[in-house]
This record gives sequence, C-alpha cells and structure tokens, in this order.
Amino acid sequence: MRIFRFTEPLNFMRLKIPALMLSMLLVIASLVTIGVKGMNWGLDFTGGTVIEVGYNGGADLSQVRQVLADSGYPDAVVQYFGSSEDVAIRISPREGVEQSTISNEILRALTVTSSEPIEMRRVEFVGPSVGDELKEQGGLAMLAALIGILLYVTMRFEWRLSVGAVVSLAHDVIITLGLFSLLQLEFDLTVLAAILALIGYSINDTIVVFDRIRESFRKLRDATVNETINDAVTATLNRTVITSLTTIIVLIVLFTMGGALIHNFATALLFGIAIGTYSSVFVASAVAAQLGISRDDMLPPPPPEKEGEGTEPLL
Amino acid sequence: MLNKNPLWRYLVVIGVLLAAFLYALPNVYPEDPALNINASRGGVVSETTRTELEQAFLAANITAKAVTLQEGQLLARFGSAEDQLRAREVAERFLGGSYITALNMVPTTPAWLRAIGASPMKLGLDLRGGVHFLMAVDMKAAVDKNINDLVQAFRVDLREERVRYRAVQADLDAGQVQILLRNAEDVAAARDALGKNDRELLFTEGAVEHSLLVSLSENRIREIREYALEQNITIIRNRVNEIGVAEPLVQRQGADRIIVQLPGVQDPAQAKEILGATATLEFRLVDTDADLGAALDGRLPAGASLYRDRNGQPYLLENRTMLTGDHITGATSSYDEYSRPQVSISLDAQGGNLLSNATRSTIGRQMATVFIEYKPGEERAADGTPVLVKYEEVINAATIQARLGRSFRITGIDNPAEAQNLALLLRAGALIAPTQIIEERTIGPSLGKENIDLGMKAIMWGMVFVLIFMVLYYKAFGLVANCALIANLILITGFMSMIPGATLTLPGMAGIVLTVGMAVDANVLIFERIREELAEGRSVQQAIHHGYDRAFATIADSNITTLLVALILFGIGTGPVKGFAITLAIGILTSIFTSVVGTRLLVNLFWGGRRTQSLPM
Repeated sequence: MRIFRFTEPLNFMRLKIPALMLSMLLVIASLVTIGVKGMNWGLDFTGGTVIEVGYNGGADLSQVRQVLADSGYPDAVVQYFGSSEDVAIRISPREGVEQSTISNEILRALTVTSSEPIEMRRVEFVGPSVGDELKEQGGLAMLAALIGILLYVTMRFEWRLSVGAVVSLAHDVIITLGLFSLLQLEFDLTVLAAILALIGYSINDTIVVFDRIRESFRKLRDATVNETINDAVTATLNRTVITSLTTIIVLIVLFTMGGALIHNFATALLFGIAIGTYSSVFVASAVAAQLGISRDDMLPPPPPEKEGEGTEPLL
Repeated sequence: MLNKNPLWRYLVVIGVLLAAFLYALPNVYPEDPALNINASRGGVVSETTRTELEQAFLAANITAKAVTLQEGQLLARFGSAEDQLRAREVAERFLGGSYITALNMVPTTPAWLRAIGASPMKLGLDLRGGVHFLMAVDMKAAVDKNINDLVQAFRVDLREERVRYRAVQADLDAGQVQILLRNAEDVAAARDALGKNDRELLFTEGAVEHSLLVSLSENRIREIREYALEQNITIIRNRVNEIGVAEPLVQRQGADRIIVQLPGVQDPAQAKEILGATATLEFRLVDTDADLGAALDGRLPAGASLYRDRNGQPYLLENRTMLTGDHITGATSSYDEYSRPQVSISLDAQGGNLLSNATRSTIGRQMATVFIEYKPGEERAADGTPVLVKYEEVINAATIQARLGRSFRITGIDNPAEAQNLALLLRAGALIAPTQIIEERTIGPSLGKENIDLGMKAIMWGMVFVLIFMVLYYKAFGLVANCALIANLILITGFMSMIPGATLTLPGMAGIVLTVGMAVDANVLIFERIREELAEGRSVQQAIHHGYDRAFATIADSNITTLLVALILFGIGTGPVKGFAITLAIGILTSIFTSVVGTRLLVNLFWGGRRTQSLPM
C-alpha cells in the first residue's frame, strides 16, 4: 500500500510565493488576534486558586455560585469541568489575604451548605510571584529551544536552512498560539509543554526534508535549486504524511480518551502538528530558497558522522 | 551480498530487552494496602513492639500478610483496604499517642526482583493523589533578625569596651546598623572593638558626622540564608513525619524554596495547619522543694505547674520563665571532652543577659526545657477547622553547673541521636525565618486513580491504532515495526522504573502516547528508503543495506534536535512538565534503539540471508 506514487517530482516551489504569502498572512492574523484578544492564561501563569469538586448526581452551578458569593467570593468563576458532576471554581489572585487558605474556606463553605457529601478532587493554588516566574521560565524555555535548534542546524547544515527551520518553527508556534487566543482556550503549563513538544516534532519533520535536500543537491548536478528542492520534498512526502498520520491518530485518542486535564495539551499538539506538517513542506525550504541557497553552499560534503549510534539514555 | 546479523547484535538487543523487561516487571504486580508505624520524637519501635502488634491484630481478627521491622519502622501488609483501615484503628488504640501510623500502598515485588534492585515506577502526585506544596522562606526576615541581634550585641560590646556612643540603631531596609558616636577617636575605637570580635563585619563611615555603618559581608548573609533554609527544612521534615504520611518528600529548591510532597494526604487543610504550626521553647526552673506526689494528686504548690516529658515522667516547674526560645540563635549537637553527646546553644545578646541574671543565684538547681507546640487536634470547630491544641512537653532537664551566658552547653545526654533531636527541637523553637505556601497542587485520591486509568487507556488505544495502521501499510515489515514499538514500550517502562529520579505523571503518560505515534517515524524513514532503493532497481539485499544506512543519518539528525528540546524542557520545566520531558527523552532514545538496531535484527533474520527477488512491503 502506498499513499503517493510519483513518477515526476511535484512542483512545490511553484507555490513558493503563494505559500509564503499565506503563511505571512496567518502569522500576522495570529499576532493581531493575540494582541487584541490576548491569551487566556491559565492559573499557572496568572496565579490564583482553582478548586475542582465532585457532586454525586450532578451539581447545581447557580447554587454553588450563591454559596461562593455569600462567603465573600462573588467574582469566582464557576464552570462544569469534564462532566456535569464536576465543578471547577476559579478565583483570581487577591491582595492582602493569606491566599493559600482560600481553598480551605471554600471547601468548608461548600461542605456545610451541601446536603450531600462533596468530594475534593483537585486544589491548585499558585502565588502571584510563582505565576510570573513560570511565565518567564516558559518564555525562556521556548527561546532556548529555538536558539539551540538554530545552532545545531547551522552546525550540521547551512545558515540559510537553519534560518528556514527556525522561521518555520516560529511560524508553527505563533499560529498555534493564535488559535488558542482566537478560541480563548486556556493556556497553562501542559499547553506550554505541548508547544515545546511541537517544536521538537516540527523540527524533526523539517530536518528530514533538509537532509534530503542536501542529498539531492549532491545527486542532481544539473538541476536548478527549485528542481532540487522539489525532488527532495517529493521524495520525503510519503514519510511526512505517514508520520503525521500516526501521530495525529494517537493525538485523537489522547484528545477523546485522555480526560479533561489533558484536553488542551492534545488540542495544541493536534493543531500544531497539522500546521507543522504544512510548514516543513512549504515554508522551511521556501524560506531557504528565497534566501538564495545554492548548490555550492552544500559542498563540499560534510564527512559522514555516526552520531547517536548505540545511544544510551543520558538521564 | 547478504545481510547477516553479527553475533554482537543479537547479544545487545536480547540483553537490553531482557534487562528492560526484568526492570519493567515489578509494575505488573499489584500493591498491598499497608500500615507504616513510626515512633514519634525519636523514640524506638522494637522487635517487642512488632510481636505485640501482631498479637493485637490477631486478637482483633485481622489477618496481616506480614508485619516487618525495617529501618526503624514497622510495616504491616494486609489483603484488603478494609483490613488496613481496621488495623489502623487497632494499632492506634494499642500503641497510644507516641506512635504515628500512616496508610500506605506498598509494592509486592517478589524477592528475586528486589534482589536485582527492580522496583515499580514512581507515580507523580497527579496519578496517586496527594498534596504538593511549594514554600518560600522569608529571607528578609532572617537577615533582619540578624541585624537586630547585632544592635543588641553592639550595645553590650561597646559598653564592655568602654566606648561611649550616642545611639546604635538598625536600618533594616539598607541591611545596616548605624552607630552614632561623639568624636573621631570613638569612631576608631568602636571599629576596633567590634571588628576584633567578628571578622565578617564591614565598616564604612556614615554620612552623618562621627557615625559608623556596619553591614554584613556577602559571606555572612549567605550563611544566614543557608541556615534559615536548612533550619526550615529540618523543622518541616520533623512535622511532616508527624502528619503520618508514608514516603513524604521534603526537598530544597533553589536558594529559598522548599518542596513538600505528601502522597495520599486527603486533607490538605490539616496538612497546612501542621506545617504552619508554631513552636516555642521556654526554660523554667524545676521546683524541687515542693512535693511531687502531692502535685500529682492535684494539690499544686503556688507558682508551679505540672509538666511531663514524652515518657510520661512528671516534672514540677516554676511558672516564671527564665528565657524563651526566640532568643536562641543556634543549637548544634556535638561531643564533649569525654566524647559524650552534648548540645551547644548560643543566644542573642539580650537572651545572654536574661539567662545570666536568672542563673546568678540558681547554680546547682535543675533547669527544664519545655517545648510548646500548637497543633491541630482531633476536635473540629463548628466551621470544620481543626481546633489548635497546645502541647507542652519537657524535652530536657539539666543541672545548672555555672552561671550561664550567651553560649552554654547541655551535657549528659544519653546518645547522639537524642542530642541531635534535642538540637533540632531547640532550633525549632526559634524559627528565624517564617515560611509561606506559595504554590499548592492537591489531587484527590479518586482523581488520581481516574487519571491513571485514562492515561493507560490512551496509551493502549493509541498503540492499537498505530499497530493496525502499520500492518496495513507495510504488511510484514509493518509487523517488524510493531515488534519494535512493543519493545519500545517495554524499554520505556523499564528505564522509567530503573532511573531513581524518574516519576510518571499525567503529562508523562501523554508523552508516552506521543512517543508511540512518533516512534514509528524511524521505521517509516527506513522502509520508505528501502522502497526507493528497490524502485531504483537495486537488489533486495542492497536495498536493505542502503535503506538502513542512508536513513540512519537522517534519523540521528532529526532525533537529536528533538532530544535537545526535551533536555531544555527538563532543565527549565517544573513538576509535571519535567515528567513529560523525561518520558519524551527516554522515548526518543529507546525508539532509536528499537527501530534501528532492533528492526535490523529482524529484517536481516527474515530476509537478509535469502536470495529473494522482492520484499513483503
């Protein structure tokens, strides 16, 4: 069985300019959305308290809200979480009180007023200083990942390809963030982990294409740059699609079966991998081509290295 | 040309797989509900306690699978959670208040697996339920206290050295002590007098005429912070042990943070109260004139009260306190000149004066140290908060040998452990820096169970779909890739169980699911390459050889970058994100191994030694 069977390389580079335009448009739209609507930062980054309680046989949200208002938390956000038996209560950070005890007070108030026993399922409290730190660390992690990749790809390939790889990564990340902003999905630590995993996945995809470009440059001596890139992208297209497919299969499983806590994680990766697949086919090499990569840049051939063979876990 | 397997390849693959399988095996065995019993406050559980407890369980008709004594604690295993709960009641009634019982789940790893050091994966709190606290130590308070102590000490020192001063005051914002003097000679004299006692002080001329600014050296400030952190960690560790949690974790994080993890704690409110409990110390004189027997019968002499130590030994102490614990600046255990355990205590200047006055006319009498702690008890107020109960306990009584000053020793302690414990309690009575909870993550037990079930289900179904897809797409070669995928899962489980610091979390399980999806990538690369080589007209054997060879460079390059990301995630991330990074990194490494080395073995075995014209793919 085979998905694609090509006798001739497809002319991807014919779509170079439209693809770059489309990507630019998507990136700008995402940045505008993020600028206008902002991100729906989760508790990890804003600080505050989230309490998840379970009610046997369904919860009455308005009653919960009433109890919270009576206890001095009129600004609490009360929502169903995953099912109508679970309620998530979010309380924004407040000044001048011992915040770590808010959850105790709320659980007590809910227990006292409820006729049935309620179940404490989850309490998360993040102090404002911790929230700021996590935000800073998250940004730093993303930046470090991008710079690390930039360096590695420059070392192993060529600076134009390296720039192409990083541009396409930034492209994937920004558009995924844009989607989260547009749909106002909560952005918490697990989503950050997903975005970083996405960077890892997407670079993987791009490198496979680049590796092939390098090889094609050496193999096709009389071909133009565009023809060479087309040859490489076509040759790896089957692999690109199949790997994305298997990954998307498991992500759909994760999305549907992984439970509410892992929902946004799966969403970020699902969307990000779709975008990442597109960008490693169209964006990464198109950027390198626009930067004027040529056959001479890929010669002389780097000595074949046997990196990673027989690798033992580093951790 | 044929593709044959060299012997080493068989040995490596089979060896690695076998090792991983063995180390993954303990995860298959169920856990036993168990009871951990510790003696509180440094007491001991002995073989006698063990046999007595066994009798008590028998008498209550509870069959314990085993009651063992190890590392100073008793561990009783039971067949069911119901037995475990009943046994806890029995144990608590039987042993009384000086023991702490904790519910636990212990693995039933068979002895031969334990012998090779195999144990099940550690589960994160999001999978087993429990409380995670991040506590920040108020370092400003620690330094402030030190500056304030300096002010007291300077006044005394200057007076002793007969240097006349106008004022000695603390400037806490600047972290300095300002000394106002009358003339330039006095400034020089003050500098000499104070500098000779303490080399870690930095002196500068103040802006005000004839003034001296004293600040602490970087080194000293670092020491103060270290001390404050270490002190808090020891105190929290001590308290956590009293909560009755099996396998608690108290660990420093960075310069001023402490992580506390309490698996299985279902009442975070109570845990918070206990961690935040305040403890104080008081030194009182033992009233030896009055009749202890009469006091025990309820006829207390005027000006004295009855106290007890942890063994129940009564003491009649004077109501007047000689000194309170907040004057203690340090307490360490060591050995005296006869190599007997002792505790050395240092006080701040004011404390030194107080004690010196109090012991002027009391040499030869006994001084008792009373440890006072407010802990949440069994009782609850109307609104559900635990009522704080005042616990008072005599932790030491020693004869005053001489007039005491700013530093003194308590000698004649039975054993080093006792001395260490006393030093700890003395320090606990004078916490120099308060802590605050700045992050809490509590997962209820049912949600933890749910998370683990969901995670397992996702891994299983993700796996099933990918397996089906691979067989459909690559036929026999798909089966080979599937073998690699299954081997990969065993390897991940084995490594996660083997590495001591690795903890499985919910995002970690998501990482495994993701790895399952991505792990086939290497095989896809290889198989596509083989197809290409075949299409270009190479022979089957050459296609296999070149397919693996050429694909490997690509696989290495693309996976190293992903590994780079995983390492960055691990380095920068916290808690759950770290869990994700670990499984991702392990997954990348194991998948390279299984899909490159492992599948090559099978491919060579099935097709490498034959002169076939086509491959089943």
